[in-house]
Amino acid sequence: MKANDPSVTWIEEPKLGLAGKMYLPLFVQGLTTTTKHLFGPKVTVSYPEVRPKIDNPLIYRGVHRLNKDEKGRVKCVACFLCATACPAHCIDIVGIESPWPDREKYPQSFTIDELRCIYCGMCEEACPVDAIELTSLFDLTGRSREEMIFDKEKLLSVYDQTKDAEPMKSASLGGTL
Amino acid sequence: MSIDWQSLMAPLIVPLVKIALLVFGLMTAAAYLVLLERWMAAWVQDRLGPNRVGIPLTRIKLFGLGQPLADGLKFIFKEEYTPAHVDKALYILAPLSIMAAALAIFAVVPFGSVLPLDLPGMGGQPIQLVVAPNVDVGMIYVFALSSIAVYGVILGGWASNNKYSFLGGLRSSAQLIAYEIPLGLGILGVVLAAGSLRLDAIIMAQAETGLWFAFTQPLGFSVFLIAAFAEAARLPFDLPECEQELIGGYHTEYAGMKLLLFLIAEFLHMVVAAFLIVILFLGGWHFWGMSVPADDLITWPQAILRILVLMAKVLAVILFFMLVRWSWPRFRFDQLMNLAWKVMLPLGIVNLLAVAAVVEYQHDGNGGGVALPILVGWGVALVGWILAASLAPLHTDNRPRMEVMQPPEFEPEGVLSR
Repeated sequence: MKANDPSVTWIEEPKLGLAGKMYLPLFVQGLTTTTKHLFGPKVTVSYPEVRPKIDNPLIYRGVHRLNKDEKGRVKCVACFLCATACPAHCIDIVGIESPWPDREKYPQSFTIDELRCIYCGMCEEACPVDAIELTSLFDLTGRSREEMIFDKEKLLSVYDQTKDAEPMKSASLGGTL
Repeated sequence: MSIDWQSLMAPLIVPLVKIALLVFGLMTAAAYLVLLERWMAAWVQDRLGPNRVGIPLTRIKLFGLGQPLADGLKFIFKEEYTPAHVDKALYILAPLSIMAAALAIFAVVPFGSVLPLDLPGMGGQPIQLVVAPNVDVGMIYVFALSSIAVYGVILGGWASNNKYSFLGGLRSSAQLIAYEIPLGLGILGVVLAAGSLRLDAIIMAQAETGLWFAFTQPLGFSVFLIAAFAEAARLPFDLPECEQELIGGYHTEYAGMKLLLFLIAEFLHMVVAAFLIVILFLGGWHFWGMSVPADDLITWPQAILRILVLMAKVLAVILFFMLVRWSWPRFRFDQLMNLAWKVMLPLGIVNLLAVAAVVEYQHDGNGGGVALPILVGWGVALVGWILAASLAPLHTDNRPRMEVMQPPEFEPEGVLSR
């Protein structure tokens, strides 16, 4: 585009007044702004002592959990939709025939490699029975890689840990329950 | 023949104690000023700042007061790396010279008034809280050594054999030379009014009248203040080391203890500037309501109060330095030079002339009292500032403009017809 293109609008800068030339407005502005912030409220969260507040746990994507139904059984039906949807291939399921009459299969083992996971939430979206969900636990640490591979029992225990603070999301989000 | 060792040793020991106190105090102060600088930066930016490091090996945090210790240890244990392409001798000399010059300035800077200690061998005189008391050319000494500081910067930039360092050194030399002149003009007004180059005499002159020179020479004060910011290379005049353009400026190639020397020297320059501002223009250890007895009649409470007042003022000025850092954007280099040569230099001369005229008028026994210098000072400041602003504005517009950006008319006929 050339400088004299008709679509270019040229704007003249407003002229500086005497006060502006004397550097006074800038002087006062700068000093008042910094002084205001000097004594103003601080935004830093002193992390280990103060926990950051998670605004909406419903949409936060933290550590996974496997939900349980009313009878305390794992809700998962081993359909492999989450493992298929997972872009990081971090979900490994072994499905066997279910002992219960209301479903055909259930997971004999269900492991998630939390180090490999990218916390995208696709598994949660893919799940037809709302069995897998992401909680708002964000500070996941471990001492070894093995420790970070969560098996079915661990994922169920995450549910037990978080069910009171974070009830299953499905109903309010238009899920199947 | 018995020699009175005690009275011979006292004149030796007293300065040594003063030097030890001063160096220790300055090093500690520089370390804690780094912490203060980081706190101020954090608070202005709505953060908390360093508040974790406390007493080592315990969980006591003490608001982060252990941070300077950790920083110092970090610098000491860093690898003392010397790049292969540097000029070795100058590379080592640069931080040494800048540090030596920065420390030597404090020889004539009073860090209090006097102490009523009657030591044998001192002739019953109270101890003056200056390393080198009674230097009649104190102001000139300060000036000479602060000029030497620029050698460290230029040497560092040159020896580093790095374009960014070299540019930083060049900028620094141009800037320091330009701002020495308004700095000197600001000082001259004070020297004329006080009638002495001695820093303690200048404080005394302000204490006796109770009129700090900032009130009688507001123009000289603002010229000196701005020039002092530029001399200490503090924002908004930190062009020698502006990170966005020059990485680190003249100390880009330095690491470990040598870098630490540069950084401490920079903080010492700021401390010197703060001391000079307080001593020359803000009354030194004087505060209204304090009695001003002669030096040999001073009592202990008065002596300690003077030290406290001086230090409080210096700290306030340093806090102002740190607040200013976050308040205004850095000047462009042409604006920097415009400010020095077209604004500060004329204003300094005008202030000097006004002070000289008032001093000469009152010297001849004409009246006017204290009101005349104040009236003249503020009148000159107002008129001078307005004139400087309207005649030589810092505002240089080099943004694209329609008539400038028009492409030249291209006429192909001549080429085609040939």
